[in-house]
This record gives sequence, structure tokens and C-alpha cells, in this order.
Amino acid sequence: MAFQTLLFYLFGTVLLAAAAAAVTLRNMVHAALSLILSFFTAAMLWMLLEAEFLSILLVLVYIGAVLVLFLFVVMMVERHTPTIHRRRNYRIVASAVAAVMVAELGMALLAPDFSPTAQPLPAPLEYSNTKALGSVLYTDYALAFEAAAVALLVAIVGAIALTLRVRPDHHRQNPARQSRVRKQDRLRLTDGRSEPPC
Amino acid sequence: MLSLTHFMLLSGALFAIGVAGVFVNRRHALVLLMSLELILLAVNTNLIAASHYLQDLAGQAFALFVLTIAAAEIAIGLAIVVVVFRSRETIDAEDLSEVRG
Repeated sequence: MAFQTLLFYLFGTVLLAAAAAAVTLRNMVHAALSLILSFFTAAMLWMLLEAEFLSILLVLVYIGAVLVLFLFVVMMVERHTPTIHRRRNYRIVASAVAAVMVAELGMALLAPDFSPTAQPLPAPLEYSNTKALGSVLYTDYALAFEAAAVALLVAIVGAIALTLRVRPDHHRQNPARQSRVRKQDRLRLTDGRSEPPC
Repeated sequence: MLSLTHFMLLSGALFAIGVAGVFVNRRHALVLLMSLELILLAVNTNLIAASHYLQDLAGQAFALFVLTIAAAEIAIGLAIVVVVFRSRETIDAEDLSEVRG
């Protein structure tokens, strides 16, 4: 058995186990950590598929930012909510649906006429996955790339607009009022004599 | 020898786990989001495997876009969860059924 095949089965087992743990564990923090493990293992599988840039992107951006944000929200919410009980009868439906899906996919993929058996050539030594992907992204998919950037911007604005709240007991600056202020609002001229003590 | 079928079966199983997670955790908004993440991860793995075995970079470009949209979706989803939690002190999805159609 080739070394890559061994790695595939190792990572595949870890990936499926971590994914199953992520959706079944009762403790939400453990579930989020399992999700992180499954994403990390998927990144290793992508590395096996010679998609180095996306693999590193998944670890840095997705695990580093998104899933840690997830963990943050889980810890914030879970402290105050008792465990939500799951109903047992959903489990049967869920297993049935998952089994049917896997069976159908297996039937489709293991059919003899589905045979992309050609092994890709190993990439030459000077091949850079990042450069190749970049040259495709900035030419063929430039419009989609810009649209993705706009989608991210909308997500940023939306997330801030949803979670921003003004607390009445907080003192905060109002830049509009600050820039509207005139001299006579704040400055009072006196005639130079000190005011008599009252 | 590894082939495209291996990777596609693996990502199919991952997809099925994600869908099963949606069914099992119908009430818990955060686990619903986690299951969605797993589904998108399976789709991405599928795209990248096809990209590798068909020697076409389009698959990786699409995986990048899926990743972007998934990040945007999770940011908005978590913001909604936080807002719901602030206003009702629970994230049980079945308690959020005030609007009846």
C-alpha cells in the first residue's frame, strides 16, 4: 500500500470520526473543538490533493478566524443555556437519510462507467499552486472574485449592524454633534474681571 | 492506488454526516450552523479532488469562492444567533416559532 493511500485512510477516518463527534456531542465546546479537528484534517487531505494554497487558507483563515469566532460564541451562549434535549426519534430519520444518501452516492460513484481512472502527473518541481491559482483568479474569474469580495464586505457590515447596540448608560462620542458645534455654543466672553464670589 | 472515487466517497460520507446533523440537532441553532459548515467542507473537498484528478484549476477557484461565501454565511449566522440570544436568552430553534404562516 502506497504511503499516500495510508495517509488517505488515516485522515479519512479521523475526519469522519471528528465530524460525527461534532454533530452528536452534547457538550457544545467539545463539539466545536471536534469541528476544528475535522477542518484541520480536511486541510491535510487537501494538501494530499496538491491544493496547497487552499489547504493553508483553510487552516489560517477558517480555523484561525472563523472557527475560533464560533468557539467564542459557543462559550458565550452555552454558559447561560441549559442543554437542549434532543429528541430520539430524529436520530432514526437522520440515520436513514444519511444511509440512503451514502448508498446512492456509492452506487453512482462505483458504477463501471464512472471511471476517471487516469492518475494525474506529478507537478513539476517549480510549479507553484498559489501562482497558478492567482493567475486563474485574476483573469478568468476576475468578476466572480470581485463579487466574492463584495459579499464579504456585505457580511462584515451586516454582522456589525446586527450586533451593534447602543447602551443608554454608556457615554460615547457623537461625531456628528462634535463637528456641528459652533463657537458661541461653548465660548463665553467676560469683561476680564473675576466674578464676585457668591 | 488512490482515485477520484475514494475522495468522492469520503466527501459524500462527510456530506451525509452533515445532513444527519441537521436532522438530529433541529433545535440547536449553533449545531445547525456546524452541520452547514460540514456540508460545505464536503462540497469543497469534492471540488478540490475533481480539480486534482481532472487537472483543471477551475475546481480550486470555485472552492475558494465557496470558502468565501461560507465565511460570510457563518459571520451573519453567528451574528443572528447572538442577537436572538440577547433578546430571548435561548437559542432553541423550536422556540423561535412566533411568526406563524
